[in-house]
Amino acid sequence: MAKKTIKINFDTGWDLSPAMENTSHIQLHNQYELFIGGKWEKPSSGKYFATTNPADEKKLAMIAEANEKDVDKAVKAARKAYGTVWSKMPAKERGKYIYRIARLIQEKAREFAVIETLDGGKPIRESRDIDVPLAAAHFFYYAGWADKLDYAFPNRKPTSLGVAGQITPWNFPLLMAAWKIAPALATGNTVVLKPAETTPLTALKLAEIIQEAGLPDGVVNIITGAGETGAAIVNHNDVDKIAFTGSTNVGKIIQDSIAGTPKKATLELGGKAANIIFEDAPLDQAVEGIINGIYFNQGHVCCAGSRLFVQESVYDIVLRKLKDRMENLVLGNPLDKNTDIGAINSKEQLKVINNYLKIGQEEGAEMYQPNCKVPSKGYWCKPTLFTNVSQSNRIVQEEIFGPVLAIQTFRTVAEVIEKANNTPYGLSAGVWTDKGSKLFNVSAQLKAGVIWGNTFNKFDPSSPFGGYKESGFGREGGLHGLKPYLKF
Amino acid sequence: MTKSKLIYQNNPSPTIDQVGIFDRIDRITSRSIKGTTKIEGLKMALNMVDLTTLEGADTDKKVIQLCNKAQHLHDAYPNLPNVAAVCVYPNFVKIAKESLVGSGINVASVATAFPSGQSSLKVKLLDTKIAIDAGAEEVDMVISRGKFHEGDYNFVFDEIAAIKAACGDSRLKVILETGELGTFDRVRKASDIAIDAGADFIKTSTGKISPAATLPVTLVMLEAIKDHYYKTGIQVGMKPAGGISNSKLALQYLMLVKETLGKDWLTNQWFRFGASSLANDLIMQLVKQDSGVYQSKDYFSKD
Repeated sequence: MAKKTIKINFDTGWDLSPAMENTSHIQLHNQYELFIGGKWEKPSSGKYFATTNPADEKKLAMIAEANEKDVDKAVKAARKAYGTVWSKMPAKERGKYIYRIARLIQEKAREFAVIETLDGGKPIRESRDIDVPLAAAHFFYYAGWADKLDYAFPNRKPTSLGVAGQITPWNFPLLMAAWKIAPALATGNTVVLKPAETTPLTALKLAEIIQEAGLPDGVVNIITGAGETGAAIVNHNDVDKIAFTGSTNVGKIIQDSIAGTPKKATLELGGKAANIIFEDAPLDQAVEGIINGIYFNQGHVCCAGSRLFVQESVYDIVLRKLKDRMENLVLGNPLDKNTDIGAINSKEQLKVINNYLKIGQEEGAEMYQPNCKVPSKGYWCKPTLFTNVSQSNRIVQEEIFGPVLAIQTFRTVAEVIEKANNTPYGLSAGVWTDKGSKLFNVSAQLKAGVIWGNTFNKFDPSSPFGGYKESGFGREGGLHGLKPYLKF
Repeated sequence: MTKSKLIYQNNPSPTIDQVGIFDRIDRITSRSIKGTTKIEGLKMALNMVDLTTLEGADTDKKVIQLCNKAQHLHDAYPNLPNVAAVCVYPNFVKIAKESLVGSGINVASVATAFPSGQSSLKVKLLDTKIAIDAGAEEVDMVISRGKFHEGDYNFVFDEIAAIKAACGDSRLKVILETGELGTFDRVRKASDIAIDAGADFIKTSTGKISPAATLPVTLVMLEAIKDHYYKTGIQVGMKPAGGISNSKLALQYLMLVKETLGKDWLTNQWFRFGASSLANDLIMQLVKQDSGVYQSKDYFSKD
């Protein structure tokens, strides 16, 4: 008797009507200058570049391009603020300013969320429920540490470093600015921060908040520009510390440039995380974890669970459940409250991802994408699975930074640990099992800075974050996140 | 074909992780259900209601009134769908049947020493027989939670199978009383036992204890139904009951069904709400979509 194929029909005819987030309340200027010494300064080059909405390719604002001269001005402003005000201020007063920033972010949370979504293409659900609340939480958390540093490191006398040069990526613009600025201020340093050139708007809104909070001039300087501006910060003689989040390639260049200088650095770079599903795992929840692991923020996440390892006995079930779950992912306008997968951050990144899709197929892997409609304008990539892949495939070895998952199976614990660790990266990993002892055994052997047990992509300001190997060094978040901004 | 006696297989049930269940529910409740989606959803939900009265104070007259309400939900609003069934105690089945003749609305009866289930199989079978003989098209039974907690899964299984056999052509809904089960793992276990023993529907609660139905518990049960469907091709229905009193929550349940089991379950053949006050809130919301005003409850008959 022929076996009838059993399939759940998700084409229900009961589709979600558009539910657009209101944008009328946001305040954006047509043009943004550089925030230096508490004032908005025109760039000495006189040059501006456009930042666009990746969901419709429309221009949002013109952004000043800072050159070496502007960077020098910003570093001088930060140095002056450090020497005259910030390093001399009682720690508990510093804390008050940071609390004020946190509260102002909460007050303007909706505006921040909408702008983050417009500028970067991420779903409003994520910017509203994750990016912005977490950014505020980081300021709250580190505000609390400001006057307790002596207790954070007992019997050691921590002192601040001076001027911190900070460079943030385009995947979590506001949140990464918060990760960098909050601990720097709490430990008594001043800041020159450069957001990514494709997503500078929320950092510039943060500058407005910093002004509103009455922070002494020059304590935080926010300047915009592309790679050259970042290089000028890294190479400036009077910068004491570099904090960088971004690609491994740029991280290597930075490390090269600061070699032989007294500059301290923390680098938070790429990743190719293993997400490991054992046969005794809660499978339905593991599937949800796989989805959160790789399709969160279109996979533009350095700790994304991009390599999935499924124990062979449950492979078919997990794959079926995963495909069923993907049928219900809504791709589309990031401002729609029901959107699960937003726009790819930029044209360049879309090109990179599409190239990997091509490579994967050429390597003989099987590609699967659900049937979802893709808008005609903007940059989009359907959530993608690759099966029939091997460790030797480029789509398994290289960071794609997009919604692309490579799936392999394994039989034994030893095998999966070897495969999981066989990568130049070591930022994060996930382990799914109902057995506590297995969870601890496996995670103790994984070379990754962050390991999630029966969950994925969960963040909290009190938890340190950072990598092994080519995923970088130094920790951000938690008590550990104070250390890179202090000397003893 | 003669049916051989079902034997409990004691297959292991998948493990459930509470954090992951809550994560999934967060995604469901953050769905924004607006416009035509909302109107269609409200109508669909109304069509899935088991209008229920299960009180010591129930009288013939009250049951007749409820049956009239079921057939005239709000005549001022044209083309409203009917509710799916009226749910009563066995001694009211006959009168409910008579009141609903020709309406297409089913009569469901609770049975098996509802709500506690604290009685012998003999009494439970008789209770079921009384309901069936009086014409109940659907029977809502309760499982023996005590035996389940003791680990006597065979007993629970056999009891359900026996009641199912006594139901004949009537459909059997098996109430797990999830509020007494304690963990999601146990909810899953009880779901699997009930499904394997022949339940046509699995149902969360009697409505007599708190917590009654919740979205997380319903998700666990829907996943059990889904796994069974993939294994056998057989559909089993789901009925959350108790505590679902407003439209917003009802729509979230429907969204959960849509994204877990899809189209084939989005019908009152396979999904029901056990509720007493939900129907009126659905109607009030539907009227609001037309008039733009959420009116006073006094404009809608309670029963």
